[in-house]
Amino acid sequence: MNVRRNLAGVLALCAVAMIFLPLLLTFYLSVFDETLIVFPPHGYTLRWYARIWPEFGAALRTSFFAALAAVAVSLLIGVPAGIGLARYRFRGRDAVATMLLAPLTVPGIAIGLGIFVLAVLIEEHTEWAISGSLALMVAAHVLITTPWVVRLCLASLANHDAAAEEAAASLGARPLAVLWRVTLPAMRSGIVAGGLFAFIVSFENLEMTLFLTAPGMTTLPIAVLQYLQYHIDPLVAAIAVAQVVFVGGALMLLDRHVKLAQVVA
Amino acid sequence: MTRLTLDRLEKRYGAMLAVDQISLDIPSGEMVVLLGPSGCGKTTTLRMIAGFIEASGGDVLLDGQSILDLPPYRREMGLVFQSYALFPHMTVARNIAFGLEMRNTPRAAASQRVQEMLRLTRLERLADRFPRQLSGGQQQRVALARALAIHPRVLLLDEPLSNLDASLRAEVGRDIRLMQRAAGLTTIMVTHDQDEAMAMADRLVVLRDGRVEQSGTQEDLYERPATPFVASFIGRSTMLEGTLADGTVGVESARLALAGRYAGTGACTLALRPERLRLNGAGAGRVDGVVELASYLGPVRDHLVRIAPERHLLVREPTAAAGRLHDAGDTVTVTWDVAAERVFDQAGAPQAELS
Repeated sequence: MNVRRNLAGVLALCAVAMIFLPLLLTFYLSVFDETLIVFPPHGYTLRWYARIWPEFGAALRTSFFAALAAVAVSLLIGVPAGIGLARYRFRGRDAVATMLLAPLTVPGIAIGLGIFVLAVLIEEHTEWAISGSLALMVAAHVLITTPWVVRLCLASLANHDAAAEEAAASLGARPLAVLWRVTLPAMRSGIVAGGLFAFIVSFENLEMTLFLTAPGMTTLPIAVLQYLQYHIDPLVAAIAVAQVVFVGGALMLLDRHVKLAQVVA
Repeated sequence: MTRLTLDRLEKRYGAMLAVDQISLDIPSGEMVVLLGPSGCGKTTTLRMIAGFIEASGGDVLLDGQSILDLPPYRREMGLVFQSYALFPHMTVARNIAFGLEMRNTPRAAASQRVQEMLRLTRLERLADRFPRQLSGGQQQRVALARALAIHPRVLLLDEPLSNLDASLRAEVGRDIRLMQRAAGLTTIMVTHDQDEAMAMADRLVVLRDGRVEQSGTQEDLYERPATPFVASFIGRSTMLEGTLADGTVGVESARLALAGRYAGTGACTLALRPERLRLNGAGAGRVDGVVELASYLGPVRDHLVRIAPERHLLVREPTAAAGRLHDAGDTVTVTWDVAAERVFDQAGAPQAELS
């Protein structure tokens, strides 16, 4: 019994170490006062953090706006889809559910390449310049963010009793009032969590987005990758730390608002 | 004051008849309980009245006016669900006010009505709590207050007590009954629990396979069950298949002398109420047997008496009555008078007693 408990403790410690050790090292690297990563460093500095914005500002902005747009569109698609799938039985329901969740199972490289080829084909026939446009990137991101919104909306409705909607109707609420006053509030945690996950998925996406960038329109992960090809200095570590702090902070804020463990489990 | 009428109400799912021409007339202020095992059509009937399921045939009338064309939000039904179905993101007071808001009741009048409902359901101190902070009994009282706040024309209760502990069940049941009476509300309650049904109803309707098996007062159903199903579903009955001849019923090797006299002969089902049987008593109905199990249960003592190799009678006597707890193996005579027995013919119709 005691042995087993100790073993569990050791394993848990190992897991925590595996998650946080690289983060700690990254943070350690980000304050090296060196232009090449040498060990031990001659000194420590925060100047790399100051260089994030001049170096990556444009990419950050692109990533941020693409992610915001992707979140907005995937909420517009995912929330109604979640309600429909959770509350109604109709022909083709399984097909719709599969289609909405399928992008999760396809490798990002395959989706990216496919979209790129399709865009080029369309361009050849119509002369619409769509490859390398922000709209195409947002559309592609919507493809991989929507499944998260749908899943989390479905999960939030699974815990919600449909009888509450019937009760509202019997009390005189018309269908739209039921939706607005009962269904959507019940889904709040799912919608918030879905939106946040969608944001993170879009913001961090690398492999699919590789095919969709253009000169002057690069997302942060790709800008970092490109930077890495020519420089190995602590700036990359600094931007990584900044990203972790940003996402971690958002998750913590969210967890106060809605219990994430409940929605994702 | 509303009279609710179901006129040959019917629901088909493909070839399956979930509700088969149920007709029911409920005068204003009466509380009718639809009672039956799961799948008997009671919930489907309730949901057709509420408007959540479309009827395949027949009609639902309020004071003679059909309401089948009205959507649920126009039917003015007060609904109480087994799962309470409160709005989790609203306080108790907001839950109760919801129906009034939907009706655009002026704020002052609405708030007055909410206070009144809170007082009637003894929830004043919980007005600002959220449903998750309440016990099951409190939640169901909120649901009741919410349903009654809108002055519904009819109150519909869907297994309202099934999620509650035994102790709360009686309390909430009483609350429901008192408020229903006070408001003079025409009410239909659905349940599978016969104790609940007996305690709450003015009139009971036993459903089976989508049809009305029997309808009547508690006493009607208990004393004069119309079918073997009702005899075993309302109260408890030991059912014995046998042959009726000359005032006796032959059940395998046993021969039971009946207390009453019946005209029919041939195959029959005899239903005997355990609590009306006695050991070695004076009744005219009698059969000999051997005690197989005896248990002292406080208010009653139970004897399981073997009357044929595979046939047993349960005898439940009050401990206050004469007699004693027998030992297993004792030879006894089970006796009863006419109120304990009911004889059904092969088709399930009760045999008339000759006077």
